[in-house]
Amino acid sequence: MSAKIKSININEIIELENEESVFKPDWEVQIDRRTFVQLLGAGILVVVTGDFAEGQMRRGGGQAATVAARLQISQDGVITVMTGKVDEGQGCRTQLLQAAAEELRVSPNQVRMILADTSLVPDDGMTAGSRTTPNNVPPVRQAAATARDILTQIAAEQWKVDAKNLQVQNGIVTNTATKESLTYGELTKIKNLSESFKQTVSSNVTLTAVSNWKVLGSSVPKPTGRDIVTGSHIYPSDIMRPNMLYGKVLRPPSYGATLKSVDLSKVKEMKDVIVVQEGQFVGVAAPTTFLASQAIDAIAKTASWNTVSHPSSKEIYQYLRDNARSGQRGNARSRTSNAFSQANKVLSETYYTAYIQHTPMEPRAAVAEWNNGSLTAWAGIDYPQRIQGDLARAFNISNERVRVIVPDMGGGFGGKHTGQAAEEAARLAKAAGRPVSIRWTRADEFTWAYFRPAAVIDCRAGLDENGSIMAWEFTNINSGNAALNTPYRIPNPVEQYVSSDSPLSQGPYRCLAATANNFARECFIDELAAAAGADPLEFRLKHLDNQRIKTVLDTAAKHFDWETKRKKNTRETGFGLACGTEKGSVVAVCVEVGVNVKNGTIEVKRVCEAFECGPIQNPGNLLAQVQGCIIMGLGGALREEIKFENGKILNASFSNYYVPKFKDVPEIDVHLVNNTEIASAGAGETPIIAVAPAISNAIFAAAGFRVRSMPMIPAMIEHAKKISVIT
Amino acid sequence: MNKEILLFVNDREQKIVTDPQRTLLEVLREDLKLTGTNFGCNEGLCGACTVLIDGEPNHSCMVRIGEVEYKWITTIEGLAKGEKLHPVQQAFLDEEAFQCGYCTPGMILNAVALLQKYPNPTDEQIIEWMNGNICRCNGYPKIISAIRRAVKLIKEDK
Ligand code: FES
Ligand code: FES
Repeated sequence: MSAKIKSININEIIELENEESVFKPDWEVQIDRRTFVQLLGAGILVVVTGDFAEGQMRRGGGQAATVAARLQISQDGVITVMTGKVDEGQGCRTQLLQAAAEELRVSPNQVRMILADTSLVPDDGMTAGSRTTPNNVPPVRQAAATARDILTQIAAEQWKVDAKNLQVQNGIVTNTATKESLTYGELTKIKNLSESFKQTVSSNVTLTAVSNWKVLGSSVPKPTGRDIVTGSHIYPSDIMRPNMLYGKVLRPPSYGATLKSVDLSKVKEMKDVIVVQEGQFVGVAAPTTFLASQAIDAIAKTASWNTVSHPSSKEIYQYLRDNARSGQRGNARSRTSNAFSQANKVLSETYYTAYIQHTPMEPRAAVAEWNNGSLTAWAGIDYPQRIQGDLARAFNISNERVRVIVPDMGGGFGGKHTGQAAEEAARLAKAAGRPVSIRWTRADEFTWAYFRPAAVIDCRAGLDENGSIMAWEFTNINSGNAALNTPYRIPNPVEQYVSSDSPLSQGPYRCLAATANNFARECFIDELAAAAGADPLEFRLKHLDNQRIKTVLDTAAKHFDWETKRKKNTRETGFGLACGTEKGSVVAVCVEVGVNVKNGTIEVKRVCEAFECGPIQNPGNLLAQVQGCIIMGLGGALREEIKFENGKILNASFSNYYVPKFKDVPEIDVHLVNNTEIASAGAGETPIIAVAPAISNAIFAAAGFRVRSMPMIPAMIEHAKKISVIT
Repeated sequence: MNKEILLFVNDREQKIVTDPQRTLLEVLREDLKLTGTNFGCNEGLCGACTVLIDGEPNHSCMVRIGEVEYKWITTIEGLAKGEKLHPVQQAFLDEEAFQCGYCTPGMILNAVALLQKYPNPTDEQIIEWMNGNICRCNGYPKIISAIRRAVKLIKEDK
């Protein structure tokens, strides 16, 4: 079992990236009020006894059936909002708190959030795909607005007036005529809310217009901030239970290796160490990590393995191409062949992106505890209800016997969709009869988590005599179809995603395939602009109908002073730009890059990004997300690349897998465009997609050659070697 | 072989009987329940586990507990004076210089050490000093702003 890692089916990712989550747990909350009050802890008296079983959700879509399933109000006016979302730093705790506070018309510090506890919260789907903003903010707002209407109605009945004459502000309902007022807390004493909150959340309830937003739209700070700076925030790695042991699991030496034999006898004699073998699963638990590590190392020395052959990262792109499923290339091709034959110029290039790792600062961690055949798992994962189902199946118990809790965790970036650590902890805890904590090492995380897929992307385009694109073919092999379609005006484009046989386990990553597809497309567009003898900005604008992309392009270009800069390219300094759209938001990036062709080095000096995702819900957090995306994007653009051979990761350490550090941070200039005409879109991912192509285009502007692979520094070094041989 | 080790953690004397080969990071977390010091790599390469040993920043994952006998250790839990945050903590909070916050304790302690050594650091000094601390949320710009703000707060404090 340890050799078999659960890989995420790429088709799942595609659906996830495109639209609705594919996961449909049929789950109901089964908990009574007493438990609920206890779980909330001292200080909160929950008035509502609502039947929580009514909180069951429609297919993880985030729509709570009843108000009670979504929120509770205590007699002292404290509002508790429940959501299945997990916070991994992206800020959904704050954002959903704002959503509730806005519609209930209370100050943000009157709202508490309960996140990601399968016993308490509705199923809001997986935290992924920038879906919180479009999918989860609206239902929370609707529930809060419904609750506000219910409370207003109670006041109206109390005063025997029409609710229309009442005003709600700061959690106080006021009769404008008589100046009488009642707080939410007082209203809960007038009428028991348990009946009223059984009401279904109305999706027609009027929500506060953007122009009237008071809490949404402002930089409400994270409620966890003080705990974070004092070290008292509890991450999944920090969970401690009475009598808890620390676990370690025997890892295979290479991918696909299976255990032939192992001698556990010595370790079984070690004091305080519990050893478990169940088929391929071998693990230990001990009172300290030190002891557990000693035990597992001793076991590893006795283990012998059957290994299998495994391709190397050196030949990966050919391997992916050779193993590509054919798709509908033939049919698609015939549709464009005519256009290509009439083109004035035809360009054809291939782009590559490497496998990379998320490397969240906190590696996977989980604590599992069994009580009378029921399992509780605290874990750093992205979808509590899904892991609940996985654990139930793994241990052959019903979902009701599994409770999964996700403490706000130390990063994810799409990398924590699987629950291996929780399952390992549960296996060990079951055998030990005590709670067990599993914390993956950094090498585990680099090796046994899944990766952002590598991609081979073939592009072909034809220009007419006016320098307009008249034919377009675009094929992504292996990494997915997000942002596959060109936003440019091109007749009959042929765009396809073709799956392949990935040798590494692959899965979601911040803007996964969109980064690869946008890299290829935006570099290729730049090549076409050059072939047409046009300025890269003008060429893009000429082919764009999407006004939102045009606006961010104009914004970035203006603040970057593209007009002047584009004339200042030298051999050492280049200026490049790129744009894109994905997940409902739009982005444009201009960069200044220092290039040393001889040494093969690149220094990104300045990044100017304009980003628009509809009405901004939390400007401070949005800025952090955009800055984070830009810098994270530099990692994948320049250096990050998983190397592997014979089924082993060759750079499973921060010493040889280079993530961005303080020294890599360029001057960053972010312009957030607040578009209040449309609904808000998610923003934690798309700001990453235009960084790499802008850099590649800037390298071309300086050095006159194209770097068509991510990461770019290895390609630069290759190029430097080549020219040093020539000169 | 277990050994009795005496050390001072956040101004409190601690007597620990344990294998001296265990890391300081592990003992802080597992024995003293001070989980604010975080595990990020166990190789001295990320800074998540930074603590002050006799005032100097150290990667607690690279220090054996046997090596810190009689030493003064400051962890993130020991920085605030009661309810009053240390100015560096306050500055990180004011700037919201964290996303997931997992790197934050290490960042704060390393910044405390930086500002003890250079009360008015240049940008180059900040970057050079902090470069061993990785933030995978890539919140570096706000962290740098927080350190600059801390410089001011420390002065105001005096
Ligand atoms: S955990 Fe110590 S430096 Fe990374
Ligand atoms: S805030 Fe998440 S790692 Fe720094």
